[in-house]
Amino acid sequence: MPALRIEKLRKSYGALPVLKGIDLSVENGDVVAIIGRSGSGKSTMLRCINGLEPFQEGSIEVAGHRVEGSSSRLRELRKEVGMVFQGYNLFPHLNVADNITLAPRVVKGVPRAECDALVQQVLSRVGLEEKAGAYPDELSGGQQQRVAIARSLAMKPKVMLFDEVTSALDPELTGEVLKTIAELAEAGMTMVLVTHEMSFARRVATRTVFMHEGRVWEEGLSETFFSSPQTPELQSFIAPNLN
Amino acid sequence: MMDSFGWPGVEFLFRGFMWTIGLSVITFLAGAFFGLLFALGRALGPRWLRFAIGGYIQLVQATPLLIVVFLAFYGLSFVGLYFPPLAAAAISLTVYATAFLADIWRGCIEAVPRTQWEAADSLALSRMQRLRYVILPQAFRIALGPTVGFMVQIVKNTSVTALIGFVELTRAGQLLNNMTFQPFHVFLTVAVMYFAACYPLSLSSETLKERKSASSTH
Ligand SMILES: Nc1ncnc2c1ncn2[C@@H]1O[C@H](COP(=O)(O)OP(=O)(O)OP(=O)(O)O)[C@@H](O)[C@H]1O
Ligand SMILES: [Mg+2]
Repeated sequence: MPALRIEKLRKSYGALPVLKGIDLSVENGDVVAIIGRSGSGKSTMLRCINGLEPFQEGSIEVAGHRVEGSSSRLRELRKEVGMVFQGYNLFPHLNVADNITLAPRVVKGVPRAECDALVQQVLSRVGLEEKAGAYPDELSGGQQQRVAIARSLAMKPKVMLFDEVTSALDPELTGEVLKTIAELAEAGMTMVLVTHEMSFARRVATRTVFMHEGRVWEEGLSETFFSSPQTPELQSFIAPNLN
Repeated sequence: MMDSFGWPGVEFLFRGFMWTIGLSVITFLAGAFFGLLFALGRALGPRWLRFAIGGYIQLVQATPLLIVVFLAFYGLSFVGLYFPPLAAAAISLTVYATAFLADIWRGCIEAVPRTQWEAADSLALSRMQRLRYVILPQAFRIALGPTVGFMVQIVKNTSVTALIGFVELTRAGQLLNNMTFQPFHVFLTVAVMYFAACYPLSLSSETLKERKSASSTH
């Protein structure tokens, strides 16, 4: 069973169709990069996958859960599907450790005694062991984003979704976040990441998907995808990035 | 009987002052209780509830407080519900404080960015958990300054209950003036007492607002 299977997904905002029949399947351990122009529906698709955004037609199955039904069923799904946002969205009133342990404690009932170990474990994966006591506004953007990744990891997700997680960062800070994601990929995490970092997609993603006008326009193994794009739309999209 | 303003007069005013404080505290506590419920209902409830609470807030905010006080005292006694001045004063001030606090706090709840809801949602928190652990603590910090600021309004506005004969500080001043005919001494002392209650509140309200805008949110 694939980690994620999207079939004939359609979504519109009012009269505006945004996703016009998406089919996509992601195997366990796959890293899939989603690229495409602004407004092509990348974020919308990602938000449909963990039920943040409702959709009208089609089906999504992720980590063994169908995206449908009551909010309590969606919560079961979200325990196993992590999401990291462009704007980090850390909880500003909580320090790093509490940001990380809030959901494990209140959602999964992880006892306080185990929390310190959990914090250290996930912070070491993002290289921020010494920041457990810091508040978000005391951290750089890159550090905040790595904490957000750690917070997501603390739920021990089977699949992680990343929406342009380096787009809000200064160029000199994107590297540390991309490095963290690359390490997760190496460790076998199943990930879907929307990104504008072409060279990163090429290097880290097993497959890359090009979305255009609400459709999966072209997809393939990252090695061949960038070197021999098939459609003129993809050719013109990646042309400025290749030299 | 006092026929000139002296220490007994100050004592008399001070008893009125204590009623002003007592009435303010009752008003604030009751207004905070209902105001929080109303703010939550207004920000997060079903459409009919938001509509109903919105209507209540608009109605109360558009009515002079004195009229609310008259309604509670004379109006309700007309339909057979007689409240003594203290009760009528407490009820009408609570009606008023509820509307304003609900409005202030709804704004504070809505001032917490939508992305905070989404982040908590993505971490599988239930609606109640999101409110309890993520939204309300942040809304509370935003609300502190304006809430303390509104306490000043409550203290000053208790003076309208003088008009239904509740002997708080303003009414005490009127009574004392009728006895002593020394309005300048009497009302200056009254003003000093209001100032003593309100100034520390205004001051801390300002510091709280500044501290928030200096971005330190924890
Ligand atoms: N909440 C919303 N209400 C109405 N329209 C929306 C909403 N969110 C997105 N859209 C529209 O849906 C379309 C797809 O948006 P989406 O955010 O998925 O694009 P994207 O591919 O992620 O773009 P970007 O690269 O700029 O992030 C756009 O036309 C956008 O204007
Ligand atoms: Mg987007």
